[in-house]
Amino acid sequence: MSTEIQNAAKSHAGRWEPYVDNGGTSLAIAGPDFCIIASDTRQSEGYSINTRYDSKVHQITDKVLFATSGYSADGKKLAENIKIQAEKYLDKNDKIIQAPSIAQMTSIIMYQKRFFPYYVFPILAGLDGEGKGCVFSYDPVGNMERVGFQVYGSASALIQPFLDNQVGLKHQENVDKNRTLSKQEAFDLAIDSFTSATERDIYTGDYLEIYTVDSTGIHKEVRTLKFD
Amino acid sequence: MSSSLLLSKKNSDVTENGTYKHTTSPIVTGTSVLALKYKDGVMMASDCLASYGSLARFRNVRRLQPIGTHTILGASGEISDFQFIQNQFEGLMLKEHVEDGQKLETSSIYRYLSNVMYGRRSKVDPLWNKYIVAGVEPSKNNNIFLGFVDLYGTTYQSSVMATGFGAHIALPIMRKYAEPRADSLTEEEASKILDDCMRVLYYRDARSFNKIQKAKVTAQGVEISEPYSLSTNWDFAESIIGYGS
Amino acid sequence: MDKNILKEIVGEHEGGFSFANAKRNEYLTQNGGVMPNATKTGTTIVGLIYKDGVVLGADTRATAGTIVADKNCAKIHYITPNIYCCGAGTAADTEFTTNIVSSQLALHSMNSGRQAHVSTAMTLLKQYLFRYQGHVSAALVLGGVDINGPHLYTVYPHGSTDKLPFVTMGSGSLAAMAIFESRFKPNMERDEAVELVKDAIESGIFNDLGSGSNVDVCVITKDKVDYLRNYAKPNERVPKLKSYKFARGTTAIISETVRKFNSVKDEDAMEVV
Repeated sequence: MSTEIQNAAKSHAGRWEPYVDNGGTSLAIAGPDFCIIASDTRQSEGYSINTRYDSKVHQITDKVLFATSGYSADGKKLAENIKIQAEKYLDKNDKIIQAPSIAQMTSIIMYQKRFFPYYVFPILAGLDGEGKGCVFSYDPVGNMERVGFQVYGSASALIQPFLDNQVGLKHQENVDKNRTLSKQEAFDLAIDSFTSATERDIYTGDYLEIYTVDSTGIHKEVRTLKFD
Repeated sequence: MSSSLLLSKKNSDVTENGTYKHTTSPIVTGTSVLALKYKDGVMMASDCLASYGSLARFRNVRRLQPIGTHTILGASGEISDFQFIQNQFEGLMLKEHVEDGQKLETSSIYRYLSNVMYGRRSKVDPLWNKYIVAGVEPSKNNNIFLGFVDLYGTTYQSSVMATGFGAHIALPIMRKYAEPRADSLTEEEASKILDDCMRVLYYRDARSFNKIQKAKVTAQGVEISEPYSLSTNWDFAESIIGYGS
Repeated sequence: MDKNILKEIVGEHEGGFSFANAKRNEYLTQNGGVMPNATKTGTTIVGLIYKDGVVLGADTRATAGTIVADKNCAKIHYITPNIYCCGAGTAADTEFTTNIVSSQLALHSMNSGRQAHVSTAMTLLKQYLFRYQGHVSAALVLGGVDINGPHLYTVYPHGSTDKLPFVTMGSGSLAAMAIFESRFKPNMERDEAVELVKDAIESGIFNDLGSGSNVDVCVITKDKVDYLRNYAKPNERVPKLKSYKFARGTTAIISETVRKFNSVKDEDAMEVV
């Protein structure tokens, strides 16, 4: 997924490459009245672990979280910029900005750096204006889509097909396609996704931050993954 | 202010085809910096060598710099870029003191440095360093702070950290012996772990030097040691004969 | 056979090895060709000499790029009853290199009626690897005990060797060497030596992303070898929270054909003509 950017950067022959991949995986699942957001906390470079605990999930409002993966420095700066804009919105309009508005704004902020992109694969998730769970996913230049669930990062190729099957009920016959996951089911699914990805992806591991967003607010849990 | 903080384009070298010449590789470099948290604060170590490629060029260089009263900055990588940063901080600390009567605390210094580093990488004209910022914050209940930032603007905080070759050789030792006990480690224990790490680095890092400095920050403030040497043991050498049969 | 005919077949080639294929491959890759992706053992392997012999150690992760290909592979290879060899690099290369040398030494032992020397194994390995100029990517830690006592070598892919009291190799070699450099002592007791090897491998497992899973240890003494497969398992998988059994009928049936076979009973008994 990063090859396009890498190739673009390489075409400036002899120039210093201003991007690094810090690995890690982020995931979000939207429910009818809740949302699950999870990220591992390993920050790595090459074959080394920088730290076992560096949070990739950033809180934007009391209902919206922003999960990143890819180049850590860009991820943090992007989250900071979104947070600044969300605060400006509050100051100007005296009300808290809602998820779809943050989503649109994020897309614009990212496209503003179209020719020197944030090397980040962001997921914006939480509750929308009607209290429904929502997930917005982006590519590094700001293409946005509202989806039911999304996995980005180093283990995305391992987990996304799993969620397509388990949440999207793809390739399953004789099942109720209108069935939705309960909060607990989605929560457990997120954990199983990460414990499994940790087994097979070298960049995913250490700790797992899982956030549940519902009408009562944002609840955070931290689980241990494997350290190898 | 911000434009003068960053290297202005006027000062950059302009090449024949009108493009700007940026740092594409470091010239005079310092090797690893190590740091760990312990019971009363944070401790840091580095050697006193500045290499010119493989030449041990300057052998009395201090790479641990106090900033304000409760912060130390440890630098590895391009020494001239470090000196530029030292100069910036000198101005910044003076300005903050004169204008606001404020002394910047560690997390603010770290944030400032991180923004400078990310800003320069975003101009594709990086400051070729890896920095460790360590300190104790008196206004935050003597919170112990330890942060890392590099030429990419990549940042993280941890109870043990190392730059350069130290990230490969010393960090595993610190993760095993210091990280699980960061809250209870005594000053003597912390000091011994760092000495052990610096000794292993001297054995295995070809750009290292057996003249090192150690620094600590506690609630009482910064203390940086004078350069000293570690004991080494080369007894095993005489038992090694050849490389084969 | 006429020498000129042979010359025609072989060409004016000066003898020795031809690296035309290596050059061709390099050319192809430069022009967008894709080489097959080999399984690598981005590894931590170590060895040390203690009072009564040699201890070898290895992690058990094999990788294909950033994916773990095998969570519990065995990287300590058998050479002869008194010699073992840890391998890092391309899995196939370490496997075949050690196998070839193992077979050569078996023949040599049967021919000479003598136990193989570790130095012979080392010499065969380095000569084999040197012939391939580094294209056989096997980085080895060779250890064993023979008539001359315990021996420990590293063999690099280009064919150079080292003979040292403690050695490490692979992507986790620095993490493991950090432990050795700070704790190794000559003439250790067995338990202390095995513990040090385990800690060195675990250092690789936890600090190097190319290494992971379990610790294999092999203790070689004058009259005995203890191959301690999965000596430590510091990375057990936690059980999954949910069950992922599919209900009967979940798999789509695209087409269905039922063919009826006649059972033998319905037919007449075999006619005897």
